[in-house]
Amino acid sequence: MTKIYLSHNNIISSYGFSSTDAVEKIKNGISGLELVNDKSLMPEPFYSSLVNKKSLSEESKALNLGEKYTTLEKMMLLSLSKVISDSNFVITERTGLIISTTKGNIDALDIRSPHNEEKAYLSKLGKSIQDFFGFLKEPLILSNACVSGVLATSIAKRLIKQDLFDDVFIVSGDLVTKFIVSGFNSFQALSSEPCKPFSKNRTGINIGEVIASVLVTKKSTNLAEEAVIIMGDGTANDANHISGPSRTGEGLVRSVNSALKEASITAAEVDYISAHGTATIFNDEMEAIAFNRLNMNKIPLNSLKGYFGHTLGASGLLETIIGMHSMHQNTLFTSLGFDEMGVSKPVNIIEESIEKNVTIFLKTASGFGGCNTAAIFKKVKH
Amino acid sequence: MKSETFINSYCHIKNNSVLLNGTEVYKGEKEASFSGFIKSAYKSLDTNYSKFFKMDNLSKLAFLGADVLLKHENVDQEKEEDIALVFSNNASSLDTDRKYQKSIEDDDNFYPSPAVFVYTLPNICLGEISIKHKLYSENSFFIFENFNPEYLHAYSTGLIQENKAEKVLCGWVNIDKEDYTAFLYLISKEQGLAPHTIKEVKSIF
Repeated sequence: MTKIYLSHNNIISSYGFSSTDAVEKIKNGISGLELVNDKSLMPEPFYSSLVNKKSLSEESKALNLGEKYTTLEKMMLLSLSKVISDSNFVITERTGLIISTTKGNIDALDIRSPHNEEKAYLSKLGKSIQDFFGFLKEPLILSNACVSGVLATSIAKRLIKQDLFDDVFIVSGDLVTKFIVSGFNSFQALSSEPCKPFSKNRTGINIGEVIASVLVTKKSTNLAEEAVIIMGDGTANDANHISGPSRTGEGLVRSVNSALKEASITAAEVDYISAHGTATIFNDEMEAIAFNRLNMNKIPLNSLKGYFGHTLGASGLLETIIGMHSMHQNTLFTSLGFDEMGVSKPVNIIEESIEKNVTIFLKTASGFGGCNTAAIFKKVKH
Repeated sequence: MKSETFINSYCHIKNNSVLLNGTEVYKGEKEASFSGFIKSAYKSLDTNYSKFFKMDNLSKLAFLGADVLLKHENVDQEKEEDIALVFSNNASSLDTDRKYQKSIEDDDNFYPSPAVFVYTLPNICLGEISIKHKLYSENSFFIFENFNPEYLHAYSTGLIQENKAEKVLCGWVNIDKEDYTAFLYLISKEQGLAPHTIKEVKSIF
């Protein structure tokens, strides 16, 4: 059976312009969240993690992007260019492109935007990225709420298996915009402090900004050191509610079971879980119930939202990439913000970074529309 | 060996008409607006689902198309059928995004509503269909410049071959200002109206 790998990768975040910039800080328990006081986004100060736009201009100078690109496009182009050059890649008609985003250039709808309203069409964003690098096939743009980033890895794998492509690049990202911040605030879900996933003292979510990119390939040569095999994956709907997770964790349980079945492993073989952990009571409670139903409550688990906040269309891929580095370094990272258990069923939260031999990890995500996605990754033995 | 898949049935909603397997099942007034048309279609087709009225336009369009098709296929929610949803369009949720944007544009007239905001994601319509028909299945929403049967064919066939779904409801549901189209088709391994090929899908689109 063809093995499919997640290989070279990049993260642009408040930590910097590479995956390593983020991983090094996370390893030391340093949050990328800070108090943002920007009245064009929100009247009150709020916690978020934002990409430094001044450094972005510096970093992307060599790409000669000019003014026609939006901020999101510049970040996506920079991130993807790093992955393409790290993997020393030549694009052919067997190369696919997936763009994972919930809102794309939604800020172009604002009357104050310097860009044309047309930019808000996701296909325009796709065309910008496709044309810049000369991808020969139309990109697949995935907009499936907060599971998009991890679902994108599953879709890349499935399309390679269907022999449509040999390699697929994924770029994922959403900006912190007034549109998104006001929306989550209208749900009264935003926290005025750094978020505390799975904690009794939780105060809600933070929204963050990240671009994450990865190469998905069936070639076993020239892999990144932290490359992983995607063993199995699954998506399932809760069939319950469009804006709240199922109380029983039904969709999450089904998605994990689907991934385990494809991977031909038992729940006990998973060494680490990178959970969704948004730090709302409904989400965290749902996950705790689901992991108990799956007999996975003893497996070390963290949420990375305490480092980046919820990065929407990027979150699933971002957290998968951090998981790849965590596994490569045989270190499980602290679930930042956790203090006292705040869910009704026991889960094994990683309270402090520890060294542990990790071979297999599970990434899960859940989102609006009742969707849940799980993917299982295995270390590549060198 | 890779097993074959077939198109079992399909549904169109366009030009103020609803068609099932190419036959008109509802014809609305030519001049009716989208919201007027979809409401009359809902009534005429005996949809009987009060949550329909709180949905945004994209969800109404996708929901009604799926409902007509899945009822015709005798999909029983008690059976929890394994039907994946693979939908696509061009305008994402822009119809509702524009409405939400209006509510936050002016600081002196600032009225963001969670009931509107939740529909600013295109995959919400998949959630609405899943709730009604009790589908705990695979779902994904893609954005393409135009209807792209090649990608839908590869992805939906893969879901069936990899045992991720028994059937897949695929298609295109787009609403942008007053322009709208829905084209949904159900595929499975069961013998159907036509073989599931890119050419067939293009010809019935």
